[in-house]
Amino acid sequence: MAQAAETATANKQRRPQPAEAKAPAMTPEQLLRAYRDMLLIRRFEEKAGQLYGMGLIGGFCHLYIGQEAIVVGMQACLEPGDQVITSYRDHGHMLATGMEARGVMAELTGRSGGYSKGKGGSMHMFSREKGFFGGHGIVGAQVALGTGLAFANWYREGRNVSLTYFGEGASNQGQVFESFNLAALMKLPCIYIIENNKYAMGTSLERGSASRDLSKNGAAWGIPGEQVDGMDVTAVKEAGQRAAAHCRDGNGPYLLEMKTYRYRGHSMSDPAKYRKREEVQQMRDQSDPIEKCKKMLLDGGTGEAEIKKIDDEIKAIVQDAADFAQSSPEPDEKELWTDVLIEEGAR
Amino acid sequence: MGTQILMPALSPTMTEGKLARWLKNEGDDVRAGDVIAEIETDKATMEVEAVDEGKITKIIVPEGTEGVSVNSPIAELNGGGGEAAAPQAPGQTTNMPQQPAPPAAAQPGQVGEVAKQAEDYGAVAARGAERQEGAAKTGAAERIIEPEKDWGPTKAITVREALREAMAVEMRADKDVFLMGEEVAQYQGAYKISQGLLDEFGPRRVIDTPITEHGFTGMAVGAAMTGLKPIVEFMTFNFAMQAIDHIINSAAKTLYMSGGQLGCPIVFRGPNGAAARVAAQHSQEYSSWYAHVPGLKVVAPWSSADAKGLLRAAIRDPNPVIVLENEILYGQSFECPTSEDFIVPIGKAKVERKGKDVTIVAFSISVTWAMQAAEELAKQGIEAEVINLRSIRPLDSETIAASVRKTNRVVTVEEGWPFAGIGAELGMQIVEAAFDYLDAPPVRVTGLDIPMPYAANLEKLALPSPAQIVDAVKRVTYK
Repeated sequence: MAQAAETATANKQRRPQPAEAKAPAMTPEQLLRAYRDMLLIRRFEEKAGQLYGMGLIGGFCHLYIGQEAIVVGMQACLEPGDQVITSYRDHGHMLATGMEARGVMAELTGRSGGYSKGKGGSMHMFSREKGFFGGHGIVGAQVALGTGLAFANWYREGRNVSLTYFGEGASNQGQVFESFNLAALMKLPCIYIIENNKYAMGTSLERGSASRDLSKNGAAWGIPGEQVDGMDVTAVKEAGQRAAAHCRDGNGPYLLEMKTYRYRGHSMSDPAKYRKREEVQQMRDQSDPIEKCKKMLLDGGTGEAEIKKIDDEIKAIVQDAADFAQSSPEPDEKELWTDVLIEEGAR
Repeated sequence: MGTQILMPALSPTMTEGKLARWLKNEGDDVRAGDVIAEIETDKATMEVEAVDEGKITKIIVPEGTEGVSVNSPIAELNGGGGEAAAPQAPGQTTNMPQQPAPPAAAQPGQVGEVAKQAEDYGAVAARGAERQEGAAKTGAAERIIEPEKDWGPTKAITVREALREAMAVEMRADKDVFLMGEEVAQYQGAYKISQGLLDEFGPRRVIDTPITEHGFTGMAVGAAMTGLKPIVEFMTFNFAMQAIDHIINSAAKTLYMSGGQLGCPIVFRGPNGAAARVAAQHSQEYSSWYAHVPGLKVVAPWSSADAKGLLRAAIRDPNPVIVLENEILYGQSFECPTSEDFIVPIGKAKVERKGKDVTIVAFSISVTWAMQAAEELAKQGIEAEVINLRSIRPLDSETIAASVRKTNRVVTVEEGWPFAGIGAELGMQIVEAAFDYLDAPPVRVTGLDIPMPYAANLEKLALPSPAQIVDAVKRVTYK
C-alpha cells in the first residue's frame, strides 16, 4: 500500500541535477551574501551559548549551529509578503528573515529590548514586519499554524507562500499529517521544510520513524517532495525555488527534506550521549555549510580580504547584540499584566 | 591580555557543579572548540569547549572540586582574542564512565534557592491580590449598575436562527470573517446553524473541513495570526479536546508571548454540555476548562438575544473567544431585538428576573432551570433574583456582588461537574467581595461528579433540575 503511494508520486519528484550539469544557483554576490548571513547565525549562536554559560540566558536554548544553510538558502527564494514559521530552534530563522540581532539576543536575556519585550524568550519571538510568525514551543504545532498562513494566502488570492519549518522529530506528529491532507485538499501554497538533523532530542530518525525517506511523507496526498543537501546553501536555494514556483502557481503544497546536522546538543543542557564525538567532528570537518560556501567563494575568485571584512563585520554585530542584550533593562513589572488581551484602554 | 574562564551554567536549573576533570594543563594551548574540562551537573557530565583561543596560564579551580558556583573563575587564559571575559560553551558529554553526582543534601545553596522562589511566588500573588482588591473596591463603592440597553422592537426567533443571523450579518460587514468546520457548508450544518450561508457567501468563506480537529483548528489559528477572522465551528465541544492545544497554547498565549505583536481574532463555537442520551464522551460541559485560561474570553448564551448579541460581539472581538452553545436550546424561541445594531457586550451579566430574597446565578441552559425554580419559589412566597451570566470570562463580578449585597443569599447553578467548576469560582468571589453581607453560606447546584450515564433515568439524575434549585434556595433561606 505504502509502495503504491510512493510510486504514484515518484514521477512528480524532481531530483536535483548533478552540480556540473547546470548554471550556478547563486551569483558571486548572492553567494557572498549567503556566507555573511550564515556566518551571522553561527557567530550569534556561539555568543548565545556563551551568554547561557554566564547565566544570562535562562530556560531552554536550542542552538542552530550546523543548519545555517537551510534558512539562508530558503530565504533567498522569498518575495515580500511571504511568511516563515518554525519551531523552538528559531534564532537562525529570525536572523535570516532580517530581524535585528539586538532584539533577538535581548529576548534571549529576557530584557525589555527583546522582540517580545522579554515575555517570550528563546522559543517565542515574532515579527509581523519581517513575516516571521514564530517561534513555537509545542513540537509540530507550527505545522498546522503554517498551513493556516498558507490558507490566508489562498483566502486572499495572492501569490504568497508560507515556509513551514519543522524537524524530523516533529514529522511524526499527527497534526503534521492532518496539515498535509488539508493543504493538499485545498491546494494551499505551503512549502513544508523538514530539517532532518538526524536526532529528535536523543532519538535518532531510525528509532523514531518507519519512514526512510521523509520527502515521501506527503506521498499519500500527492505532495511532491525532494531530499536536499541541507549543508549546501546553493542546493537549498535551487530546491526552494522549484518549491516556491510550484506553490505560487496554485499547485498546492511542496515538501523538502533537508539533510542536515546540528553540532550542539538538543538544548544547552543536553549532554548528547546518544552520538559519538567523532560523528560530530566528521560533519564539522567535511560538511560544514559555511566552510563549503567559503571555499566556493575563494574558488570563484573572491579575495581573502573581502571575506575577512565580512568576518569582522559579523563579529561587531554580534558583540553589539550581546552588549545590548546585557544593557537593555529588564521589563517593567507593569508588563506582567499587559498583552493578555487586546482591550480598548488596555489594563 | 588575560581572560578568565568562568564556570559555565549547563542547564536551566544549575547554580553550581563539580569540576570533575581538566583535559588541559597550565601552559597548554587551546583552540576554539577544544574540550578543556568535564563538569558534573545534577543531571549529567558535560564537556566544556573553549570559545577563545590562547594559552592556559593558570588553573584556579583544581579538578575534583565540588560545589563550584556558576560564573566563578576556574582558569586564566592568555590569548590573542583580546575579547572581554568569555565563559566556555557546553559541548558534548564525555564517553568516560560517569561519576556519581554529589547528593542533593550536600548542596546547601539549593535550600536558599527554593526559599527565594517561594518568596517570588508570594510577591507575584500579592501583586495579583492588590490588583483584584482594586477591582473589588470599585465594586464596593455602590456603583450604579448600568441598566440593560433598550434595543426597541423584538421578534421571536430560535437560538439557531439568532446564531445564523449573527454570523451572516458580520460576514456581510467584514470580508475577513469566514466560517470553517465539519459539515458547515454543503450539508448546511450538523445542527443547521449555518443553513444557507454557503449559498450567500460561497465556498471560500464557508468551508467544509475533513474530520481533523487538531489540524483545522491550528490552520484557523494560523490564519487568524495574519489578521483574518475565522469562526471555527466544532460539531460539539467534546471534539475540541483534540484541538485544545491550539486553542490554549497557540491562540490564547501568542499575544502575550509576542509582547503584544500578534493577536488572534478568532471565534470557537459549537454546542457544549449534555444533549440527550449521548452518554459520557458526548456530554461534557467545558466552561471551567476554558474559563481557567488567561488570554481567552468565554461566553455562554442562553436566549436568542444572548446568542445573537454575544456571537456578534465575539466575532468583532480582537481576542480568541469561546462561544459555548447548547444543543437543547437551539430550537427554542425567545424574543430578540430586531435592531441591526443589536449587540451584547462581553463581560456583562443580565438580571433576568428581579427578586429580593435570594440570588440565583446561572448560565446557558441552567438559566432555564433557574427561571423555572424562581416561578415555583414565587408561589411559595420567595422572590428570587436570577442572574444570567452571559459571559463566564471576563466575569461580571460587580452585578453578582451587587445582587448578593441586596439578597444576602446565593445559589449557583451549572450543568458541569462541581470540582473546580464555575460555582466554585463564583462562591469564592462572592465570599471575597460580599462576605459581610451573606446570611448563609453559598450553595452550589451542579451536575453529578460522574461521567454522564446513558440510561434515561440515570441521565436525568445526573443533571441539575429546577427542584434541586428550589431545595438549595430553601437551604440558604432556612425555610
